[in-house]
Amino acid sequence: MITCSEATRHLWEYLDATADQATRDAIEEHLARCRACCGELEFARELRRFLASSARDEVPDAVLRRLNETLEELGP
Amino acid sequence: MPECNKAIPETVLKNVGSVAFANVKTVDNAADQAERFRTLAQEQLPRLYSIARRLVGVDAEDAVQDCLLKAFQGFHQLHETAAGPAWLTRILINCCRDRGRAVGRSVQQVELDELERFSLFRKIAYEDPYPYSDSLHLDFLDEFGPEDVRAVVMKLSMLYRIPVVLVYMDGYLAREVADLLDIPLGTVLARLHRGRKLFEKQLWDYAETHGLLRKAAR
Repeated sequence: MITCSEATRHLWEYLDATADQATRDAIEEHLARCRACCGELEFARELRRFLASSARDEVPDAVLRRLNETLEELGP
Repeated sequence: MPECNKAIPETVLKNVGSVAFANVKTVDNAADQAERFRTLAQEQLPRLYSIARRLVGVDAEDAVQDCLLKAFQGFHQLHETAAGPAWLTRILINCCRDRGRAVGRSVQQVELDELERFSLFRKIAYEDPYPYSDSLHLDFLDEFGPEDVRAVVMKLSMLYRIPVVLVYMDGYLAREVADLLDIPLGTVLARLHRGRKLFEKQLWDYAETHGLLRKAAR
């Protein structure tokens, strides 16, 4: 069985579905027996959600107006 | 947020137009091409601005302006309209990268061994910053507002910031980022790994230096 440090090294790849099948199998085997790494996995999931929901940026009206003005000025 | 309000000099616009239409034979075609470019760019402006804001912060408007001018110059090279959004994103990323280089922000260097060993999950559990909490790790994340997250992301060097922002904030797949940056998938995955580690480390450092741990412990 892989060690905790090997398992945690690949947890994000596991969540991102970029880990290869052998690594996925090894992580799942490890997680079935290690509560501490299950906590790491859950936190990695939360961190992904945290990043995805953070800092959504709307374009301020004034910025959008200026960028559109630039577009209107482009031409032959 | 400081707003930039730089009008594009007329000479620049004229030069951009002369390059963009170098291969266009009639005025009608040139006008049609300009209109098609405007339609594409207007649709993409909110998305482009949002990516730029995460990559270069307050320089976002300038980066998008750079992107629009460069894209307009090269628009005749875009043969498939469907490829337009990805093509604009690639140009924007290059503009952001150029701005990141020009500004030359200092980014904290962390020893690689130390970084590999760092686990934010374990750090929070070990330091136990909120002793009466039943959900220690979630409480830690709840302390960060959007501006705090933006500040932490800006502490990553461009090398790591670009893949982290595109994959974890904008929902691109790692292989799409590899295509956008024209680098191997393995390189993107390696940068994502290190970028995530740096992000976790910077989150903790930021919480310490900005009183987020003390604030929550009250």
